[in-house]
Amino acid sequence: MNLGSLFSLLWVFSLLSIMAVGGGTSVLPAMKDFTVEIQGWVNESQFRDIYALGQIVPGPNMLMVIVIGYHVAAIPGAIVAFLGFFVPSSVIALATGRVWNHFEGSPWRTAIQRAFAPIVVGLMLAGTISIARTAIVGDNDHLQICLALAAIVFVILYFGRKINPALLILAGGVAGWFFLR
Amino acid sequence: MSDEPLPPPSETSQEALLPPARITLAEIFLTFLAIGATSFGGGVVAYLRSSLVEKKGWLNDDTFLEVLEISQTLPGLNATNMAVLVGDRLRGWPGALAGFLGMMLPGALMIFILGIVYASHAQNENVNAVLKGVGAASVGLLLAVTLKIGRKQLEKPLDIALVVITLVLVSFIHVMLPIVLLTVGPVAIFLYRPRTHLPHKADDHSFDKRPAD
Repeated sequence: MNLGSLFSLLWVFSLLSIMAVGGGTSVLPAMKDFTVEIQGWVNESQFRDIYALGQIVPGPNMLMVIVIGYHVAAIPGAIVAFLGFFVPSSVIALATGRVWNHFEGSPWRTAIQRAFAPIVVGLMLAGTISIARTAIVGDNDHLQICLALAAIVFVILYFGRKINPALLILAGGVAGWFFLR
Repeated sequence: MSDEPLPPPSETSQEALLPPARITLAEIFLTFLAIGATSFGGGVVAYLRSSLVEKKGWLNDDTFLEVLEISQTLPGLNATNMAVLVGDRLRGWPGALAGFLGMMLPGALMIFILGIVYASHAQNENVNAVLKGVGAASVGLLLAVTLKIGRKQLEKPLDIALVVITLVLVSFIHVMLPIVLLTVGPVAIFLYRPRTHLPHKADDHSFDKRPAD
């Protein structure tokens, strides 16, 4: 086992953890840059597959970092990636939760929240584009089918009635098995 | 932002939310374990509310919204931050740890097993086909969630401009995320700085924000 790669995992995922404003989608482009381009831990289609695994399991889809860590350094890598990505932000949450009420009614608290709302939407769109580039455009002989799948899911969720998104994700997997082999 | 009424903040909410009996760490762990095992597809906020407010009565709606607001403002995922914040309120840091572990354990174990299986079948065309389908479907899901959030929260031209600037910097000019946050963030805070003649209303939309974790 290589201690150096464990330190790299810890460093990369801790950095991503404290930058994850608005949740995991915001750091997807940076996560892809670090893990695919800079570190070369997984290739682009593995990144797409691992992201999809994160969609299938319950809980936060960013649990995908466990699989990336496993690819780098087996079980220790999985543990280090998990701790790196989830502990720093949780410690920040714990600390902030305790002092938050001191800023009750502060106009600056509202200003910061209003300022970051559009930035988070921008980052989430960037995360969506990042996954679309990997899952739909890149390395794909079935561009039209993938585009159609994404479009159908979007239309159902955006315009349709309330439906559990997990069902559509599973339906996407079934459709993939039929049409994308 | 909208006309939806926000329940008035009550001075006693801190005391009112504490249930009469002392909640055990095991109870916190098991409650979040159940949420962690069943929150598929990114709807974690709905699961949290139904369990913590409606079933357990550990939080009232005011407190739930307040904790949600904190967890959405901070870095990290909603699900994890909520588990930590609620656990801390119920039983201090051991409660936070119990909530965190409960929330993460089911998904972490499942993806760990799936990850090991995947590692030896990464070239299997059936596996790739299913995951490609899931990936494509999740693009539709992400886009729908993002646009719903954006539609509810953003109305001013300045909001739209900040969305576009952030998107272009990250997706098309490929500026590194820390640099984007450290440049666009302060500029946006300056533009939304408190002004006495133009008070901003508090954000009423905590429920609809960022459910994608």
